Amino acid sequence: MSAAVTAPAEAVAGATEPPAVDGRPEFLAEVIALAGTETRLEHCIQCGTCGGSCPSAADMDHTPRAIFALIRAGMRDEVLRSNTPWMCVSCYFCAVRCPQEIHIPDVMYALKALATREDREPSRTAPDFSRTFVANIHRYGRSYEMGLVARHYLRHYPLRLPGMAPMGLGMVTKGRMGFRPHRIRGVAQLRAILDRASELESRA
Amino acid sequence: MSDYLYYPGCSMASSARAYGSSLEAVCATLDLRLREVDDWNCCGATEYLGLSQARAYALISRNLALAEQQRDGAQTLVAPCSACFVNLAKTEHYLREDPRLSANVNSALAAGGLHYTPGAVEVRHLVEIILHEVGVPEVARHVTHPLHGLRVAPYLGCLVSRPDYDRRWRLREHPLEFDRLLAALGAEVVDFPLRTDCCGGHMTQISPDTGFELIRRLVSAADRLEADMLVTVCPMCQMNVDAYQAEMNRHFHTGYHMPILFFTQLMGLAFGEPAGRLGIGAEITSARRALERIGVEVPPEEEAPAEGARRPHVPRPRKPQGLPMPQMPPEEDAADTAATAAQPEEVAAS
Repeated sequence: MSAAVTAPAEAVAGATEPPAVDGRPEFLAEVIALAGTETRLEHCIQCGTCGGSCPSAADMDHTPRAIFALIRAGMRDEVLRSNTPWMCVSCYFCAVRCPQEIHIPDVMYALKALATREDREPSRTAPDFSRTFVANIHRYGRSYEMGLVARHYLRHYPLRLPGMAPMGLGMVTKGRMGFRPHRIRGVAQLRAILDRASELESRA
Repeated sequence: MSDYLYYPGCSMASSARAYGSSLEAVCATLDLRLREVDDWNCCGATEYLGLSQARAYALISRNLALAEQQRDGAQTLVAPCSACFVNLAKTEHYLREDPRLSANVNSALAAGGLHYTPGAVEVRHLVEIILHEVGVPEVARHVTHPLHGLRVAPYLGCLVSRPDYDRRWRLREHPLEFDRLLAALGAEVVDFPLRTDCCGGHMTQISPDTGFELIRRLVSAADRLEADMLVTVCPMCQMNVDAYQAEMNRHFHTGYHMPILFFTQLMGLAFGEPAGRLGIGAEITSARRALERIGVEVPPEEEAPAEGARRPHVPRPRKPQGLPMPQMPPEEDAADTAATAAQPEEVAAS
């Protein structure tokens, strides 16, 4: 916990140029706009209930509360290179406990999307997993577990593979992982819908 | 009894096929008629939301639009997977609350010739339908083979009672309804404090250390409460605790063996269904020993591989005499040591 609290100060001290503390007040608005729905992020009172409720806060370089303070301070770089949104497990503990009813997971999704878009994410592993998952949806309309884990583990965790072989074999022999993806009939329809959604998003 | 639209989700035919087959058996007994939405697509899990929420809402809404089109008297869309459920329920809720989102989503859906009227279907989790529509007394009425002697840790997980947009649960962090359902099956239900904690979701794929720690908390807590197994309502929770338990044990040098079954599998057993029809034996961390103890016959062809039945971790033997060093008390069982060592962390995180 103490590491998470001191991390922002260290990061500031180690930065090559002074952070634009007041330089980007528009960053808060940018995050809110990207979420696309009402986040209530501007109502944060910095109480820290979110970080105290978070099961993975120990692995975050900033607690959610600190991230919201950094967003409000306009420290865009510091926020986008933080691992905080990537450590979020979407369990909604923070969301139901937040006294200001901020939709915290939605804010985390928006930060991930922004970091991925600008290639600023702290590690390739998580965004690669998302991209492969989403590519399969575009291709088949359904998730394709075998293709997803095979590609992901070969690329990011080759050393985990030998240890996982018995589990993988168990999954296959017990009929829990198929070799062939299921393709929905409406793949073309789904792609048309997603393309249109992309268009609308880029126009907004 | 009633007709429901059914959204199985991608895992139901693959990694969670035990859930799929057992829920079919149980719903037949309870006369819950599930009608699968034709040509549904993946809900995108959290992966799509993390790349673009706008596109994810369009992706999810295609399912809502198909459900509306195929309603034919039914109004409730049932999802047995907690991740699918929260995506569908959240999108439906946001579409009702936010006219701007609903305009955008419908404009995207129009490109595929579809339309969704916010509020047209209500999205509910299977366990919540069984608890609140069927009811515990009705479930108890069908119990012919009570699970006496089986000690279970009720693990509802997150996303069912939380965020709970439609306020269907009185308590969002420690709901007790699921405990009562399992007690009605004749099982001995332990007071499991982590009942709505997180299994780590996709962390086993993107940040294994984080994922293993969250799995360890669940497994060690259930182990300390001397539960025979965890009982879940979610394919993701099942996958994490079941399939990654061996890797988690290697990571922490522990020797836990804590099976995790779907609640529908236990319901099926209590209703007198044969274990084979309920997908029992498809788990990687075998539940055979716990089930055979209460007299359930587990089909032999589905026996778990050696990996699932790993022996507890035995620390390397120490030399009896070493350098003259202060003597530490003899090392306890590795599992116990790990469990007690982890306690302060849990307190700090809660």
